[in-house]
Amino acid sequence: MIPPARSSVRRIAALLTGTLLLVPAATGCGAGSGSGGGDGEVTSITALDYYTDATEHAQWGEMLTECGRTVGVTVEHTSVPGASLIPKVLQQASSRTLPDLLMLDNPDVQQIARTGALAPLDEFGIDSGGFAQGILSAGSYQGSVYGLAPNVSTVALVYNKDMLDEAGVAVPRTWDELKAAAAALTRPGRYGMAVDANPTFEGTWQFLPFLWSNGGDERQLDTPQAAQALRLWVDLVNSGSMSKSVLNWTQADVHDQFVAGKTAMMINGPWRIPALNQEGNLHWGVAPVPVPQLGQAPVTPLGGEVWTVPRSPSKARQEKAARVLACLNGPANMLTAARQHFTVPSRTAVAARYAEEVPSMAAFAGSVEAARARTDELGVDWPKAATAIYTAVQSALTGERTPEEALRNAQRLATAD
Amino acid sequence: MRSGSRPPTDRFPGRLRERTAQWLFIAPAAAYLALFFGYPLVANLVMSFRRHTVTTFFTGDAPFVGLRNYASVLSSDLFPGTLLTTALFTVGSVLGQFAVGLALALFFRRRFPLGDVLRSLLLLPWLLPLVASGATWRWMLDPDSGVVNTALRGLHLSSSGVPWLTGTSQALVSVVLVNIWVGIPFNTAILYGGLRDIPTHLYEAAELDGAGPLASFRHITWPLLRPVVGVVLVLGAVYTLKVLDLVLVVTGGGPAGATETLATRSYELSFRQFDFGRGAAMSNLLVLLSLVFALAYLRAGRRARTF
Repeated sequence: MIPPARSSVRRIAALLTGTLLLVPAATGCGAGSGSGGGDGEVTSITALDYYTDATEHAQWGEMLTECGRTVGVTVEHTSVPGASLIPKVLQQASSRTLPDLLMLDNPDVQQIARTGALAPLDEFGIDSGGFAQGILSAGSYQGSVYGLAPNVSTVALVYNKDMLDEAGVAVPRTWDELKAAAAALTRPGRYGMAVDANPTFEGTWQFLPFLWSNGGDERQLDTPQAAQALRLWVDLVNSGSMSKSVLNWTQADVHDQFVAGKTAMMINGPWRIPALNQEGNLHWGVAPVPVPQLGQAPVTPLGGEVWTVPRSPSKARQEKAARVLACLNGPANMLTAARQHFTVPSRTAVAARYAEEVPSMAAFAGSVEAARARTDELGVDWPKAATAIYTAVQSALTGERTPEEALRNAQRLATAD
Repeated sequence: MRSGSRPPTDRFPGRLRERTAQWLFIAPAAAYLALFFGYPLVANLVMSFRRHTVTTFFTGDAPFVGLRNYASVLSSDLFPGTLLTTALFTVGSVLGQFAVGLALALFFRRRFPLGDVLRSLLLLPWLLPLVASGATWRWMLDPDSGVVNTALRGLHLSSSGVPWLTGTSQALVSVVLVNIWVGIPFNTAILYGGLRDIPTHLYEAAELDGAGPLASFRHITWPLLRPVVGVVLVLGAVYTLKVLDLVLVVTGGGPAGATETLATRSYELSFRQFDFGRGAAMSNLLVLLSLVFALAYLRAGRRARTF
């Protein structure tokens, strides 16, 4: 859901390509050549992920190769655009050509695990001790762990230090402070605050920290807590502190607005840091997402990609893939990956060490500990609730419905068959 | 001449061979149609009667659910709105494209320097990938920093700018406008062709009889162009009904579902929620609607030929 810097054009182009890929699969005429798994000596395995960014692809490729070497295999590493990963996986599932090692965005794991395409990791004796609870729950389905993520991320408040200084505004910690700061930072041609409220799961992902921190819950959307959270966004837009265009913005668009100096604060994730660092004269800081009352801890959604081992006829290949997976999730490698991608190691002990070492990541590291997996409560029904949530956000921000009405409608949508 | 006359016994095999040859000529086209149109259509129909989810891809299990997918699609709260949006989008786009297309075709019928060059430049929107032109439009229509609103503000036509992409009613207007822009070349090209087929001596005769430009349009151009008009409108409707990429790029179906059409809903059901059964049901409704227009097209085509 949150792969870095993907413009909407590329996203849609990828979606459309993914759709084309899926058509033969959906109509059931996969070629089905199989992965040629004899149980002899396994010298190479395949790996699939969505790290198409050149640097990222190279870094992950290197780590996969390195881990492959320690277990005696070469790894054929392929990356497809984020939006076409699931269509590709479905196509491969129907033609029985899934890779030996598969990366999935964490909210998708349960959907894929339910199909029976993935092997539980305890079959290979992989130890999942020491991992943060949120990411373990996202990688689990019906009590078994199917996937582990070396590193995780979440969203935080990113602000432009110069603009805050110039307006004499302190970094907002509460919702009231956020509203006041956003208003004080708004100038002609510039907004105080920006979020992604578009009608996709990405919009839902950005609303969750507000919903959850206020005690809202995806199982029951028509609550006062949820309405207050939505009211905050509506107020920000209605007061002119936030552009109404947030209705269309992706996280990449929000980032672009921030970099262009058209917004003073934004909600975004640490995967933006490399791009933010490239802007020489942009002085930015990161703080936890503001909470309703001072002293509360924000509850943010957990982002991150988990590695899984799809079932295949060759036990030997699965064994090798599992050992590569264990290597990727080793403390040293997760620290390396976290440093490379500005994410947070998913073992709590490693994360603590990392936060000390990289202070700019402290806000993220702190939030990740309390972060919740999106599929934690609803499991495979999450997509329905996620659709209902972004629908509510959209109808409230356009002024079609009051936040209360919008959420009542969302609850109906989420629970309809 | 004995050698020239055919023995009567040969007649039957001869005809058989001829028939076989006929079938062999038809076979490639028939096979193509069956494979690339028949099969997907049937598969989509079958899928719409089954519960076809993500799991189906791995296990192959797709339990038969009868008409349940159709029932849930048709009874959904969103369906009436989606249908209305589809209708408004289609009617608005087709009429707009046609009006501008006809005006341009009439304009280019007159000979003037660079006329042909300009006419071919007009085809440009047709040649651009829709994702590219859609993204450009989205950027131009951006309410805060888009060039359209900047121009409106500069001309003092609007102080705050028009919420092109963020207002629920304006967004539909925006996608219709963009789609009109996309469809103008097609309409102009076909209508221009139709105009060229009208013999010029009719206009000369009308002029001699004292008919002005309006009268000659009403009594010569329009009646003679009508078969072509029918074809253009019907094809335009079919093309517009199925528009997906443009809406996805420009508004993503938003804001608040205001630009959600049957096509985008079907796409969303299948490829975002992975509910392929319902997605197929929705797309079959779309196919059915297109079929109505296709039949109208065939009728219009027949009329055009007999004319």
